[in-house]
Amino acid sequence: MIYNKVSWKNSQQQYGLLSKLLHWLSALTVFSLFALGFWMVELNYSSKWYQLAPHWHESVGILLLMVTIFRLLWRRIAGSPGAITSHSTFEKKASASMIFILYITLFTVLISGYLISSANDKAIAVFDWFNVIPWVLGIKNQEDITGVIHYYVAYGIIVFALLHALAALKHHFIDQDVTLKRMTKIKDE
Amino acid sequence: MKKILLASALLTSSVLTPALAADYVIDTEGAHASINFAASHLGFSVLAGRFNDFSGNFSYDKDNVSASKIKVIVDTSSFDSNHAKRDKHVRSDDFLDVSEYAQATFTSSKVEDKGDGKLAIIGSFTMHGVTQPLTIDAVKVGEGDDPWGGYRAGFSGTATIAMADFGFKKDFGKVDLTLHIEGIRQ
Repeated sequence: MIYNKVSWKNSQQQYGLLSKLLHWLSALTVFSLFALGFWMVELNYSSKWYQLAPHWHESVGILLLMVTIFRLLWRRIAGSPGAITSHSTFEKKASASMIFILYITLFTVLISGYLISSANDKAIAVFDWFNVIPWVLGIKNQEDITGVIHYYVAYGIIVFALLHALAALKHHFIDQDVTLKRMTKIKDE
Repeated sequence: MKKILLASALLTSSVLTPALAADYVIDTEGAHASINFAASHLGFSVLAGRFNDFSGNFSYDKDNVSASKIKVIVDTSSFDSNHAKRDKHVRSDDFLDVSEYAQATFTSSKVEDKGDGKLAIIGSFTMHGVTQPLTIDAVKVGEGDDPWGGYRAGFSGTATIAMADFGFKKDFGKVDLTLHIEGIRQ
């Protein structure tokens, strides 16, 4: 029986709608945050964006951290589709490793960013919506150490995300399999 | 010029060890000393802060003030303006570049007795790899036995530096330095 319906949950073959939304929202947000961060650190003190841009960067970053925690919970609840059978053993291992690396780097960059903003030991405002309590580690110059981690891992995540995207495109255009489709198609088949 | 600098450096270091005047170590352990800075914030107000970690020693004899010497070494990574993100920025290579230049030092070369407890401490200040002449206008606050069997002498001093003189990438003008130094006689 063939029927088309929108499925929120993941199946063995497909990512559900919620997982897809979370995936693409994260992708968009990660690249936007990277661009915003890249731009804002070079702003002149007299720029009108000097205070606003970091405030937005922090606010969106903390929201993404929350979304990513939910995303991992959802992944546990909804499960994830199995590996695609036409993939080689290497591809299966590589894609599983890449997902793992992307989650690790994503959490590292988000948490290190949160720790930079926490170093003042003052509540962090997420837009004008709510405040987040700071996380003070009690180490000297927390903002410097976490700043270095945040900087390099941010570049790392962009590199890994691009590799991940290239692999998906390779499957779509060269292998012509369903790898990319199961993350893009809104309706199940 | 280099020879003079070298000679004066040798002279100061040699005078610092064997002293005619009494030698003091700055009481950073008891935190009876502080190095503070103040800079203008856009002309609206004064932004103040401090360097939390430094060390130093001086020699001083009230009967021979002009023979006094002082050396202070500041840990630049201890810059603290009570705002972590600003501190991070000031420690970055836009300003202090503390990973490259971990220390700032002041070494006196000459002390003038201005009378009335006032001194002009002339020396060189090295920060961000740049050495500039600097004069600290100081005043003796007090000297004598402390209640715990030691002997202390304390001074306050002020000096003004310009960020532009030290090759920072960003320049926010002048910085007023205020030092409160208490030493324990060795």
